[in-house]
Amino acid sequence: MSGAARLAVERAARDSRSRLLAFLAARSHDVAAAEDALSEAFRSALESWPRDGVPDKPEAWLLTAARRRLIDASRHAQVHAHALPDLLAAVDEAQVVVQEQQPFPDERLKLLFVCAHPAIDAGARTPLMLQTVLGLDAARIASAFLVKPATMGQRLSRVKTKIRDAGIAFEIPHGEDLPSRLDAVLEAIYAAYGSGWDDITGADPRRRGLASEALELGALLLQLLPNEPEARGLLALMLYCESRRAARRDGEGHYVPLSEQNAACWSVPMIAQADRLLREAERAGRIGRFQLEAAIQSVHAQRACSGHTDWESLALLYEGLVRLAPTIGALVGRAAAVAQARDAHTGWQMLQQIPAEAVASYQPYWALAAHLLTQMQRGDEALVARERAIGLCEDEAMRVFLMRQK
Amino acid sequence: MNYSILIYETAADFATRNDPDPKKREAYWAVWPAYVEALKKAGVFVSGAGLQTPDTASTLRFNGDKRHVQDGPYAETKEQLGGFFIIDVPDLDAALDWAARVPRSPGRVFEVRPNLVLGNA
Amino acid sequence: MNYSILIHETAEVFAMRNDPAKRQALFAPIREYLQALREAGVFVGGAGLEAPATATTLSTSGSTWKVQDGPFADTKEQLAGLIIIDVPDRDHALEWARRLPMLAGRKLELRANLIPQQE
Repeated sequence: MSGAARLAVERAARDSRSRLLAFLAARSHDVAAAEDALSEAFRSALESWPRDGVPDKPEAWLLTAARRRLIDASRHAQVHAHALPDLLAAVDEAQVVVQEQQPFPDERLKLLFVCAHPAIDAGARTPLMLQTVLGLDAARIASAFLVKPATMGQRLSRVKTKIRDAGIAFEIPHGEDLPSRLDAVLEAIYAAYGSGWDDITGADPRRRGLASEALELGALLLQLLPNEPEARGLLALMLYCESRRAARRDGEGHYVPLSEQNAACWSVPMIAQADRLLREAERAGRIGRFQLEAAIQSVHAQRACSGHTDWESLALLYEGLVRLAPTIGALVGRAAAVAQARDAHTGWQMLQQIPAEAVASYQPYWALAAHLLTQMQRGDEALVARERAIGLCEDEAMRVFLMRQK
Repeated sequence: MNYSILIYETAADFATRNDPDPKKREAYWAVWPAYVEALKKAGVFVSGAGLQTPDTASTLRFNGDKRHVQDGPYAETKEQLGGFFIIDVPDLDAALDWAARVPRSPGRVFEVRPNLVLGNA
Repeated sequence: MNYSILIHETAEVFAMRNDPAKRQALFAPIREYLQALREAGVFVGGAGLEAPATATTLSTSGSTWKVQDGPFADTKEQLAGLIIIDVPDRDHALEWARRLPMLAGRKLELRANLIPQQE
């Protein structure tokens, strides 16, 4: 079986598994027990489907295997004994549904909202999404978030217990609640997108490279909420960032800053797709922070056509972003854009307004400070700022780049 | 809470310290001061040291009765302790964040461990 | 000149920490030793380390981090503590290292520190 075909089969298996998980968890309220019931079934699907082909009714296949395991477990009074009746009832219900509805109903939106529920510890939301919706294992998630695997396992376990015991409802928020609840989902998906080693939009440094997984979650959310402009904005944002991946390093693996990237290396299809998503989002007339971040990235992307960067537009967009969502990344980004649009001194003054404690260990602040101070001919201070930036680098290529500027 | 970041370096790392090519030597040494500064500026630096190469080590063993000194590296592992930092941070996640900023090279490994809280050391 | 005394211990010695009866026997001599170092004016710094099970190891594979539970080395003895002393030369360092309380399962490694200007 070809690599692409195999990937397609795995995707089908993961897709069916997560639809089932959402369905079963919504009814039993026990995410851990549902995961457990499906784990064996999922594993054997990954083994046999590449060989035998994806079944006509993939969820039915998984359910049969899961039910068998549940019955076994109840006989040996092993796992989640008290959850069994609820889970068995949910499985039985699913078996009825799988015969009647094709394709199997998709309740993953409820699952996504539960993962980002306010009662869920913020540090656990993205990991929970990655594990439940995409089936990633805890160790891989731990590495991506620079957390001890045992800790990640415990965090996930605690959070699933909380969902069950606190009775967090599996439902889609509505009315006044929806915007903030949706924002939490978007944030959690964006947290999975680390551009690897770069801090493009000033995202939290704990977010590290699970880019394709984040894109998958973003695409799924849009599929589930096709009328939400912020969901479009998020996907567009991630696509713009992703489109530049190949240009971030030169042939020898050296770091290339955005301003020096060869725009010919940017992915035209990704940019086109992002442009389209952004235009569609704008038609809804409900601006939001992810649309603004995407718009900022779309201005950068235009350099591929026009050959230059429209810093005035960027300064305006950043101003809007700061009013909507004044994160450290947005504040530093605004200072950088203003410095380019106006002059280094004005940008520097903006940078100075950011409280010192907030940026003590924030590398992009110091990199920008070094750059602006150099432009203002304040070489000694620039040197100090550059040293700070170097000391805070998590990306070796970036460190080498900054050290070369000395 | 105090944590130790233990830096395990490869034979190639140790060799680079004394590489005949000054550019390669410079590349090894130049990266450390900025990191130490960053730790100090953030107020988390407690102490730290680089260690001379393992082949310069002396090992002391005890046979229950006498101490026995031997020259040479303590263990024959591929990577050896090259240095360490002791930092004072709120939790393990913060310690790991700082470990992630330690200058890297292929094969270099970091171990992060909480320090004992006693009047011990 | 600064030297580091690296204290390596087996699992059995680490386990002594959890036994209230053995704990005193383990730490008291070390406390006295540290006191002696301080009185002699050679003590620079140091730390005891928690047991290897509390360790987290970071390595890179390509451009991604790998975070693993547990210590880096798979060896019988693991790092249990380190002491930094400031003495005129290696002979003096060795003299002090010999005074560190020993027991079965503990090994010491003495190494000179890099001189700060070199770093």
